[in-house]
Amino acid sequence: METNEKQEFTFTVYTENQIGLLNRIAIIFSRRKINIDSLNTSPSEIEHIHRFNIVINETEDVVSKLARQIEKQVEVLKVYYNTNDDVIWQEMALYKVPTDTVAEKVQVERLLRENGARAVVIRKDYTVFEVTGHREETDKLITVLQPYGLIEFVRSARVAIIKDSEGFNAKLREFERKEPGQEVIENEYLDKEKNVFTM
Amino acid sequence: MNTAQEEATTLAAPKKTVSVTGSVALLEGLIAEGTDTIFGYPGGAIMPIYDALYDYKDKLKHILVRHEQGGTHAGQGYARTSGKVGVVFATSGPGATNLVTGLADAQIDSTPMVCITGQVFAHLLGTDAFQETDVINITTPVTKWNYQVTDATEIPAVLAKAFYIARSGRPGPVLIDITKNAQLQLFDFEGYTPCDHIRSYRPKPNVRKEYIEQAAELINAAKKPFILFGQGVSLGFAEKEFQAFVEKSGIPAAWTILGAGAIPTDHPLNVGMLGMHGNYGPNVQTNECDVLIAIGMRFDDRVTGRLDKYAKQAKVVHLDIDPAEIDKNVKADIPVWGDCKETLPLLTELIEPKDHTAWLAEFRAFDKVEQEQLIQHELEPQSGEMTMGEVIHQLNQLTKGEAVVVTDVGQHQMVACRYAKFNNTRSNITSGGLGTMGFGLPAAIGAKFGAPDRTVVAVIGDGGFQMTCQELGTIMQSGVDVKIMILNNRFLGMVRQWQQLFHDKRYSFVDITSPDFVKLADSYYIAGKRISEREDLNAALQEMLNHKGSFLLEVMVAQEHNVFPMVPQGMSVSEIRLK
Repeated sequence: METNEKQEFTFTVYTENQIGLLNRIAIIFSRRKINIDSLNTSPSEIEHIHRFNIVINETEDVVSKLARQIEKQVEVLKVYYNTNDDVIWQEMALYKVPTDTVAEKVQVERLLRENGARAVVIRKDYTVFEVTGHREETDKLITVLQPYGLIEFVRSARVAIIKDSEGFNAKLREFERKEPGQEVIENEYLDKEKNVFTM
Repeated sequence: MNTAQEEATTLAAPKKTVSVTGSVALLEGLIAEGTDTIFGYPGGAIMPIYDALYDYKDKLKHILVRHEQGGTHAGQGYARTSGKVGVVFATSGPGATNLVTGLADAQIDSTPMVCITGQVFAHLLGTDAFQETDVINITTPVTKWNYQVTDATEIPAVLAKAFYIARSGRPGPVLIDITKNAQLQLFDFEGYTPCDHIRSYRPKPNVRKEYIEQAAELINAAKKPFILFGQGVSLGFAEKEFQAFVEKSGIPAAWTILGAGAIPTDHPLNVGMLGMHGNYGPNVQTNECDVLIAIGMRFDDRVTGRLDKYAKQAKVVHLDIDPAEIDKNVKADIPVWGDCKETLPLLTELIEPKDHTAWLAEFRAFDKVEQEQLIQHELEPQSGEMTMGEVIHQLNQLTKGEAVVVTDVGQHQMVACRYAKFNNTRSNITSGGLGTMGFGLPAAIGAKFGAPDRTVVAVIGDGGFQMTCQELGTIMQSGVDVKIMILNNRFLGMVRQWQQLFHDKRYSFVDITSPDFVKLADSYYIAGKRISEREDLNAALQEMLNHKGSFLLEVMVAQEHNVFPMVPQGMSVSEIRLK
């Protein structure tokens, strides 16, 4: 693919756990009127270090500049960007459907099986199925379940593993071991006026 | 006692703590960081800090500005002339929002500043309390880093981090928002430890030897090399290293407006100003050189003109401390990451001493054309209305290039940057990237506090002056000695020039009327004078410079005079027009 063509890129960003950093990273995209297609942020496997996955559709030229702008932020440790060919990724979706439809209609059971759905909760009134996969896969089951009374649907952001990520975990562990990160300090006073220091 | 022993004692003995308020800890920290001057404005949510400041009057000079925006520009002026971090105080809400313009200016021009804002009590955050505003989120895009403190125990470490971030690497503004309870809160203060490391932050990239070698090879083989330098040289305190590089290489060097003064104006290899209103030679030769060596500059669009016609024939060597600047606008063939104070000597060592006499002569030939067709008429007109250029020219002759020249934004700014003579670094103080009208007067106040032994001349237009003229009050009260020159053309001149050249002379809301500036100065007890005749200029400038204390000189200049040369927007630098 030509480098000046738009395609999906996944950013992997290792950061400190810091209030406001999400905004600082998000505005790097919004400032340029770039839409974030998918955003996941959660603690990494190492204490104090968070990991973002951000998916956008842009040219590699733009993406490489964005990566440098993100990495420039004081509390960002490291930024990678990869094309879809370079990552293994999944999104998880939950589907809530009426239990009676599922139980009664043989066809539904077959469709669920075909789409790799797994029941998470089965109640008398509704059942929640889970599918993990690419966007097309989770999308497909929406279409399939729509005629059978789909009640609610939710899909997570993309989480992605970089194919060529030799030694990431070891490096992170070593980084944290050498110089442990700091606990995030939150506002301890909301709704606690009596604890607030006054003179 | 030697340091090792000292350390041993400190480790052995339990740390001495003293119970202080967050406000006192903040002021102690500022003193430890070498702060001597604060520009600020009090208000409800920062009152505990101001209360503490009452007892620190002998250690910390506080300059009461007339608007918080003025405070930020004064902080910038102070930082630019002194090389230190500018410190600004403001209260919450409107006080904090008034900082935004100055923060944005400091962010784009890489000026080190620490701004402290008061904030409502921590328990009131998010309740739309009186004078509450979400200053952290408002200032995120215009700060290098910001942080909200809700507990006094955080103050020493956060302040230390703020100063370290503001001045290290590519400098920039930092804001700390401190809730009122944290300012009041007593805690066990263990003393102030400056910060010199943050694990997630690398202020400067590691120097890569291979790129230095490749750059040297390219420079040694070049027939027509050309140096472009920006503020990175002075921000990195690398003027000497830069001059050594220029002199050994014998390469002509041109500057961006923020780079001016890093080598003297009269240096034989200084070939002038780049960009839209820069000199003829440097702009044309950008598209003739074979190797372009960019040092501490970021290829702003006002410097490059049309990018797809910019130096396409040249190999580009880019030295910058900020990796995000490499390849941002102009693709670098050799990216020399790092602090130029480190990279320049390495490069100088590897290059062969040369003089590019014939190539330099080409620049001087362009200079001659520019001089004859344009500059002489600007600087020494024999008749007609006064030009901005002749005012700067006469000023040069009196100050001999020793003054700090602070400018506002517009035509006078371009004229002053083009013609002002600088013998010293940190002498051209202007709003480069953001183009902030109203910058000049407050920045001049800060510049004087940052360089008290130097003459500071503020060159300001009649439009920009009216944006922050309330800072005359700051001059009056602080007694600071600033020479103010208003070049009055009764127009918003730069916009008028564009309307004339590109909008069929449809002068849309650019004629601006002014108060009697001399009377205005007088009402602030500042001496002043207005002149409109050429024969009065020299004497008036002398009177201004010799006056003890501040002085406002209003010079009535030609109404419809254009700044040339000019690279029209969307054109290539080689299409620069002399008229």
